[in-house]
Amino acid sequence: MTPSQQGAAFLTLLIKECLRFLRIWVQTVLPAAVTMSLYFLIFGGLIGSQLADIHGLRYMDYIVPGVILMAVINNSYANVVSSFFSAKFQRHVEEMLVSPMPDWLIVAGYTAGGMARGLVVGVAVTAVAAWFTDLRVHSWPVVIAVGLLTTMLFALGGFINALFARSFDDISIIPTFVLTPLTYLGGVFYSIDMLPGFWQQASRLNPVLYMVSAFRYGMHGVADVPLAVSFALIAGFVVVLFAAAVWLLRRGVGVRG
Amino acid sequence: MTTPALEIEHLTKTYRNGVRALRGVDLRVEEGEFFALLGPNGAGKSTTIGIICSLVRKSGGRVAVFGHDIDHEMEAAKSCIGLVPQEFNFNQFEPVEEIVINQAGYYGISRRRARPRAEACLRQLGLWDRRRVMARELSGGQKRRLMIARALVHEPRMLILDEPTAGVDIEVRRSMWAFLRETNARGTTIILTTHYLEEAEALCRRVAIIDHGRTIENSAMRDLLMQLHMETFILNTREALAEVPAVEGYTLRRVDEHTLEADVERDRSVNGLFEQLSRQGVHVLSMRNKSNRLEELFLRRVGRAGA
Ligand SMILES: Nc1ncnc2c1ncn2[C@@H]1O[C@H](COP(=O)(O)OP(=O)(O)OP(=O)(O)O)[C@@H](O)[C@H]1O
Ligand SMILES: [Mg+2]
Repeated sequence: MTPSQQGAAFLTLLIKECLRFLRIWVQTVLPAAVTMSLYFLIFGGLIGSQLADIHGLRYMDYIVPGVILMAVINNSYANVVSSFFSAKFQRHVEEMLVSPMPDWLIVAGYTAGGMARGLVVGVAVTAVAAWFTDLRVHSWPVVIAVGLLTTMLFALGGFINALFARSFDDISIIPTFVLTPLTYLGGVFYSIDMLPGFWQQASRLNPVLYMVSAFRYGMHGVADVPLAVSFALIAGFVVVLFAAAVWLLRRGVGVRG
Repeated sequence: MTTPALEIEHLTKTYRNGVRALRGVDLRVEEGEFFALLGPNGAGKSTTIGIICSLVRKSGGRVAVFGHDIDHEMEAAKSCIGLVPQEFNFNQFEPVEEIVINQAGYYGISRRRARPRAEACLRQLGLWDRRRVMARELSGGQKRRLMIARALVHEPRMLILDEPTAGVDIEVRRSMWAFLRETNARGTTIILTTHYLEEAEALCRRVAIIDHGRTIENSAMRDLLMQLHMETFILNTREALAEVPAVEGYTLRRVDEHTLEADVERDRSVNGLFEQLSRQGVHVLSMRNKSNRLEELFLRRVGRAGA
């Protein structure tokens, strides 16, 4: 395929993916806005008002970046895992497999779709947050870069999950048993400085911590870990997962007989 | 010699569960041919097609599409092929037109250029009025036609159809035949698998038969049919017959009062039979083949005659 043909194919995938989640926005965008407004109301408003400030921030303000990022992570992952798995399940993945699209292009198209959903949800949750508190942005470039890289990372994770999945159960195992614990333990609701020594070190093995920390830096200018470390780590993960997804697809894992 | 549209050598496939679906398939399809790929259930037709289109990974052998080896020039090979698979494989929850436009997109055709192409394909297959409908709302025959429209939207040089007429009514089947003939006449190479052998006989000039994962026949339809030394006809007579009329050089059997079965060897004319019957005052009202000729050959070749 020529570069312009590849461009057309990429746009086709992206538009198809966006239309898919926008058509069913009640299932794909609304739930995050509702759930996260409950978090803001209960943890931020009701409980948070009884708590001390963290790093000089009101508790509500402290949790806003993490809660937004949590929604972004869940939704970019969920979009790709459910869309690609149902393409496998209904067999229309074959439409792509018989086409001359290179494997990396299919991965890129689905990843872009997942990023779009993550970002749309992110904007929706941010709008909800703005209703509870005054939002500030310390550094737009950091907020945007962390947002893009995080959606990319989890969209790729969703793609790999979908490749291996054989049933609808398999697409909820990772979100339930891996993603949710990692985000809850990733410093969304607390600073790791508040943990005892061992757990502080253990938390540093959790990649979500670095994203939450960097995103919080983007909004408030305070971070648990150095910004450069966060970016290096997220970017490293993105490269590894992209390479893995392309390699698996080329090997036909889960899609070619 | 010109580059063949499809060349397959010693193709083998063992599925992960250990099933040896292909044990050595060889095929050669020239450009512009209308080619029948026949074989009993489980012979390996869909597996062979799957490998050509890269839905299935081969275990061994070589496949080249218009000279592009699928191991080295996969993209070029795929661009030449349009596939109509055996089973429905579109998104049931997507509108008909969207399915065709997206497929064009996967071949690198922008939406703007894909729209008129999709319209042309859908019109040709009688689906334009249904373009906004969700695919799952189509009837079975319409779904088959949707898959043909989808396969043609990027104007492939070779169209591969895996049982496109399964479960399609006679009228639609006839119109599909006409459409496929036209498509072939415009220069598209066509490979067709079907279990309706009269369909293969009517459409295809060359035929290959696969059985147990091996090619057991690959020849011109005419040559294949020539192998049939004897044909059996069923005759309906005006007169009620109490017993089998005595004729020389033909074997007759009485089925019922008004029906005879006649075995006619290929080098004998049917006229001789009629002459002898007329002389005995027996008038034949109508006559038909007992079974399709290709069917008879097919059953013999795959070793199940009389089974
Ligand atoms: N994905 C698969 N995994 C394991 N075995 C398979 C798979 N697909 C097909 N087979 C087996 O491979 C053999 C060939 O199947 P294939 O579908 O190619 O036959 P076919 O000639 O298309 O038959 P039909 O006329 O019934 O469509 C069969 O024994 C089948 O059970
Ligand atoms: Mg088949």
